[in-house]
Amino acid sequence: MLQSGFGNGLGNLQDALNSFGAQNAIKLTLMMAFLTAIINGVFGTLLAYIFVRVPFPGRDLLSTVVDLPFAVPTLVAGVMLVALYGPHSTVGGWLERHGIHIIFAPLGILLALLFVTLPLVVRSVQPVLIELDTAEEEAARVLGAGGLTTFRKVVFPALRPAITAGALLAFARSLGEFGAIVFVSGNIPNKTLTAPVLITQLLNPTTFGAVAGPGEAAAVSSLLFLFSFVLVLITERVSSHSLQRAAEL
Amino acid sequence: MAGSIQVRGLTKSFGTFRAVDDVTFEAAEGTITALLGPSGSGKSTVLRMIAGLEQADVGSVWVAGEELTEASVQDRRLGFVFQHYALFRHMTVRKNVAFGLSVRRVDKGTQRERVDELLELVGLAPFGDRYPDQLSGGQRQRVALARALAPRPQVLLLDEPFGALDARVRQELRAWLDHLHRELGVTSLFVTHDQEEALELANEIVVMNHGRVEQVGPADAIYNQPATPFVAAFVGSSNVLRGTVWERHVHFGHSIVAGAHEIPDGAEAIAYIRPHDIEITSEAGSTSFPVAVERRTDMGWMSKLHLRLEDGQPLVAQLPNDEIEAVEAGQRLFANLRNPKVFAADRAEDESATVPGAVVAPAETETQPQAEAQV
Repeated sequence: MLQSGFGNGLGNLQDALNSFGAQNAIKLTLMMAFLTAIINGVFGTLLAYIFVRVPFPGRDLLSTVVDLPFAVPTLVAGVMLVALYGPHSTVGGWLERHGIHIIFAPLGILLALLFVTLPLVVRSVQPVLIELDTAEEEAARVLGAGGLTTFRKVVFPALRPAITAGALLAFARSLGEFGAIVFVSGNIPNKTLTAPVLITQLLNPTTFGAVAGPGEAAAVSSLLFLFSFVLVLITERVSSHSLQRAAEL
Repeated sequence: MAGSIQVRGLTKSFGTFRAVDDVTFEAAEGTITALLGPSGSGKSTVLRMIAGLEQADVGSVWVAGEELTEASVQDRRLGFVFQHYALFRHMTVRKNVAFGLSVRRVDKGTQRERVDELLELVGLAPFGDRYPDQLSGGQRQRVALARALAPRPQVLLLDEPFGALDARVRQELRAWLDHLHRELGVTSLFVTHDQEEALELANEIVVMNHGRVEQVGPADAIYNQPATPFVAAFVGSSNVLRGTVWERHVHFGHSIVAGAHEIPDGAEAIAYIRPHDIEITSEAGSTSFPVAVERRTDMGWMSKLHLRLEDGQPLVAQLPNDEIEAVEAGQRLFANLRNPKVFAADRAEDESATVPGAVVAPAETETQPQAEAQV
């Protein structure tokens, strides 16, 4: 891939980046992945906390539902989102009338990514939370800390490595997500076309005809690969660090 | 800065299990009180209800004359020491001790002073920058104590404070806590299953079993005048002898012990006799009766004598070696049983208290007192 991408020096990369809205596609992809990581970092942690610490009827069922995105093919997830938020659906129609566009808009991409990556954060935080001794939280409360202070000062520091690892995984997954996005985004160049979808288009001779080709596709892929690789390294470091801490304790 | 603790009619069920049943007692200002009982007796639940970590179904909690039953955990301002320390693992010792102060927005200078003072007090001044996992069990427990004391609570609650430590460290910490209490005078209430710990440390002991209070009193009253068969069996080790009452005496074979007041003639009774309340003589006396020596176990300064009464019931005596130099297995001697605690057999429903001939060992472990049947 690197060879076909960079066989003519950086020419392909430059060509690819300067045409077909590739720069915007990569920017959009990074932006969406970043937002997904942040939002799911918060929301996934909250959900994990509720699953572990707040008993309520139907908790186990809901906990299973969180895993759904793992099981459902991402294309199906995309179709589901279109069905739910598309302009002809009840919800989508209502939102459309109020000026909120989801399908064929960046918001749709974000929703798709949030759905697909939520279990990554929940499942990395949950086991750590289960292991966490509730006595520490009780000690904080006895010493006068309210619920929020207890979470901020006692629970969060213990969860931080797991949250970071989960969020990084969500980010990495978002960079490469294709199936969930391809229907939702509408793939409008410079607006809702993400890098993975662009790569597919570059490889498909019917999209750009003879202009584009495997070289450009490989170049953009290489960039994505680079981002993912760096992320995996960081994740590795974060989680091995937290494992080390855990082993010391 | 000390206040009394009052607990009135506390009751708490978990599902259908009644963990705490109508518990009432008072811990006077400045004293140390022990909540003593086997595991599952509800003692920890009582402590957690006082702290607000559990909600009572019925009853009330008062500290220094103020009712706290409905107050939130963080508003009660009590000191609490957890069994497994519950130190904040990602904070240094100093941060741990300062937590209760920083949460209440005490200014930094005062915090520093108070933390220094407490680390000095618990003898951990050089360890302020360490993390909990870099400390020994005993040191962690002292950090937990310093952390609980830092906000100057009116009362200190300790849940099995020495339960997780080995015997030697436990002994040391016990002496040290006693010393600390004399110095600070903070009203302390601690939960323990170790009767020795309760007898040694506490001014007053509350004995609990099956969620109920069996007896409240000073250590010597608990030990010498047990109010119930359970207390007689649980606090200190005891021989359990079963016999029939006749004219205020319990008869087993030709052997007799006194003390069966208020038990009708012909009724079954249980007599609890401490191993050190048995006197061994080589000649018969007016109150002694024959026993056979089956085994002698030398334990250094004293020995355990495994005896058997004429009616077959076993008996263990513990006597200083210099009083029983000539005694050995196989001999037929005479025993005089002093200070028997006698209860009607139907009152001694608790299984551990009724196994005839059992010596109930001092509860060292987190189990029901073990009835050690004799061979």
